Amino acid sequence: MDGEKEKVPAQVRTVNPLVPVPRGPIPTVPPESTRRTVRVTIDGREISVPEGTTLLEATRKAGKDTPTLCYLESLTPVNVCRICVVELEGSRALVPACSRKAEDGMVIRTDSERVRLSRRLILEFLASSVDVSTSPQIRSYLERYDAQPQRFGVPQSASEGRDAAHAGVHVVTDGSRAAAVAQPTKVDNELYVRDYGKCILCYKCVEACGVDAQNTFAIAVAGRGFDARISTEFAVPLPDSACVYCGNCIGVCPTGALMFVSEHNMRKAGTWDESRQSSTDTICPYCGVGCTLTLRVQDEKIVRVESPIENGVTHGNLCVKGRFGWQFVQIQDKNHNGSDAG
Amino acid sequence: MEDTDLIILWGSNARETHPIFFHHLLKGVRKGAKLFVVDPRRTSSARWADVWLGLDVGSDIALANAVGREIIDAGLQNRTFIERATTGFDEYRKAVEPYTLQHAEKITGVPAEVIRNLAHSYARAGRAQLCWTLGITEHHNAVDNVLALINLALLTGHVGRYGSGLNPLRGQNNVQGGGDMGAIPDRLPGFQHVENDTLRAKFEQAWGVKIPAKRGWHLSAMFDAMEEGKLRGLYVIGENPLHSEADQGRCERLLKGLEFLLVQDILFSATAQLAHVVLPAAAGWCESEGTVTSSERRVQRVRKAMDPPEGAWDDMAILCNLARRLGHDWGCPSAKEVWNEVRRLSPMNAGMSYERLESLGGIQWPCYDETHPGELFLHGRLWQDPIVGPPAKFSAVEFEPPVDRLDKDFPLRLTTGRRLESFNTGVQTSRYRSPLRQPEMLDLSPEDGERYGVAEGERVLVSSRRGSAVAPVRFDESLRPGLAFLSVHFPDEVATNVLTIDATDPKSGTAEFKATAIRVEKICSPAGA
Repeated sequence: MDGEKEKVPAQVRTVNPLVPVPRGPIPTVPPESTRRTVRVTIDGREISVPEGTTLLEATRKAGKDTPTLCYLESLTPVNVCRICVVELEGSRALVPACSRKAEDGMVIRTDSERVRLSRRLILEFLASSVDVSTSPQIRSYLERYDAQPQRFGVPQSASEGRDAAHAGVHVVTDGSRAAAVAQPTKVDNELYVRDYGKCILCYKCVEACGVDAQNTFAIAVAGRGFDARISTEFAVPLPDSACVYCGNCIGVCPTGALMFVSEHNMRKAGTWDESRQSSTDTICPYCGVGCTLTLRVQDEKIVRVESPIENGVTHGNLCVKGRFGWQFVQIQDKNHNGSDAG
Repeated sequence: MEDTDLIILWGSNARETHPIFFHHLLKGVRKGAKLFVVDPRRTSSARWADVWLGLDVGSDIALANAVGREIIDAGLQNRTFIERATTGFDEYRKAVEPYTLQHAEKITGVPAEVIRNLAHSYARAGRAQLCWTLGITEHHNAVDNVLALINLALLTGHVGRYGSGLNPLRGQNNVQGGGDMGAIPDRLPGFQHVENDTLRAKFEQAWGVKIPAKRGWHLSAMFDAMEEGKLRGLYVIGENPLHSEADQGRCERLLKGLEFLLVQDILFSATAQLAHVVLPAAAGWCESEGTVTSSERRVQRVRKAMDPPEGAWDDMAILCNLARRLGHDWGCPSAKEVWNEVRRLSPMNAGMSYERLESLGGIQWPCYDETHPGELFLHGRLWQDPIVGPPAKFSAVEFEPPVDRLDKDFPLRLTTGRRLESFNTGVQTSRYRSPLRQPEMLDLSPEDGERYGVAEGERVLVSSRRGSAVAPVRFDESLRPGLAFLSVHFPDEVATNVLTIDATDPKSGTAEFKATAIRVEKICSPAGA
């Protein structure tokens, strides 16, 4: 029992639906405890940033365009591509800017010869072993760092056996051709293709499928070293895996290894033409969450759907309906008799 | 949702029906929030729960009242909040008195200890979110179900604070916006009551017409009015009632009995096939301009990405042309011009200029002027000292079982819902190919499968007191014996709504889609195989 007598508030006793409820205070988010700031020197210029800031954020704040491949604002850094490395005074090795936190008094060089050499080598190894033709980002980095991947020779041709590779059983090439991850494209469902000959193992798809967004865990990295590859459990086709076709892996893929079937087919047919495409932001037609869809349209047809990574509702993620469920606006059959739907 | 300590998902399978909302929920869970899922089925959402409460369909009020009683009994209610910001607590306390844990266990099937756990965890949490969907509202006592949940929030003060609140998850991209704009029987845009003379006069002056001073009909009342011959013509925009309404047989008879049926849709839906006139429309979300309001009251812009097919018009152009031919020249305003009229008449939208909607990426109402940032949550007024406006009211509500009773002829409880890759009657989703999609099947517990001697994939006759449908069987371990599940996505494969009951909630007009009494029979003739 409450034990206390209910007091009668001074206001009206009951809610009258005819009368609008008066305005209350504007709600606010409780402030985070104020963070201390630390000072770091980047390419000779000292800046201050809040404690906990990564070196990547600090270099960007200092106006430096630090390249990244495996890093994405919405994902936990996994430190695998090493393209973002910077020189930290007093540190033997170069440090990954995407995950190293700024500390007071750090002296950073983002564009020293050592940094440039390291980035160039990484890009050469990647571009000599992986098909980067559908990654404008890597191609621009190749140019920026004057990378020469062709010096390792012509890449090996596609091999069927990568999914069965075992640790320790690795055939070394004779050196005349560049070792490559080339393999046939996996087309095993109606919605998206996996072309792992274009995969740089940045782990973004694994992260997006896992704890960082979707929590479905349909894919992981299998194998070690040069045999490492993204795989479903026991390399089963996607329809036999845990995949729910949210396509959030496509949304984060930086190389085009994961691609809408619509885009894949158009590229194959030579009809994919980005100069004829427009991008329009709108809201998904399905549930009430209100996800922003960026519709890529070519010749009055939707060819790809994404969501902006900085959007507070989606963080770039969608579900299967939002990403793939748009065919109903492209049916051109005027005599459609509705037999398959209501 | 991400900064809370406890989340209750009540009558919602958000993992499949609101997948991106569930991402936010999981972030909260990963940061340490406890998740309780209340659902007759052990859904894919329930699999993420710390505790799953598998109650019997339609016993929600018994469960909620028992949670309330236990909180009071243990002295865990928020006395200060109750005293300062609410009324009706004493009546509520009396009403929940009979709902002991043991009594509730008998009604709901949830063990007393588990109900006690929920009550204590919810009351003790620093911040707690209570979310629900159609598992609460598609019942004959929908409003009472919601009130029973609101009582719990008032009891604990889990409302109107950052990280604490009540969250009904809206099922469609603009069902909230429809309500905002007055597409409900008793409201004008901005939830201004049509029976309030001052508010109505404001609209009459702006529009230069008289507005009926009494509220109109909601959807279910319209069907009743058709039955009584009071409603003889119907204008349906973007809806497929033939397949989406409960008791499809009755719905079809009433639609066919209309003197005039006009359907405006982007596709030739089943309802359109019954219409006297069909007006082909542009798709609102990608072939025209405007706004929609999401579940969190966020008004966002929809934009035209491509032209509609030849002959299909923007909804607004159709309406304006129709108005002109009926003698009212509304001109041909742009979406922005119409929106600016909304801003003039609806105070809660006043500060939402197209420019601000663009630059802020959407604004949560209310937004009274162009300096107002929109509001992250509602009801903060209840925490002001003294509170602003009237106190919130406890509502004593009683448990009442579903209308469609189980008996020896109809011993199984059928409930309905959505599946991940599909949506409602499939008008939209049946047109994309998904590897996830399977033929529609009647989900049964493996135990019931054995009891009725049916095998997986076998086609059976499913009958309710209203009709019968044939469906293949699938065994689903998320179902307890006595519970069956069907979606409404494939009305041409399995006409689920032939079975459902149109017993409706008198206050909201929502039909009891979630609780149908059925029986399952083997089909003996080989033709059925």
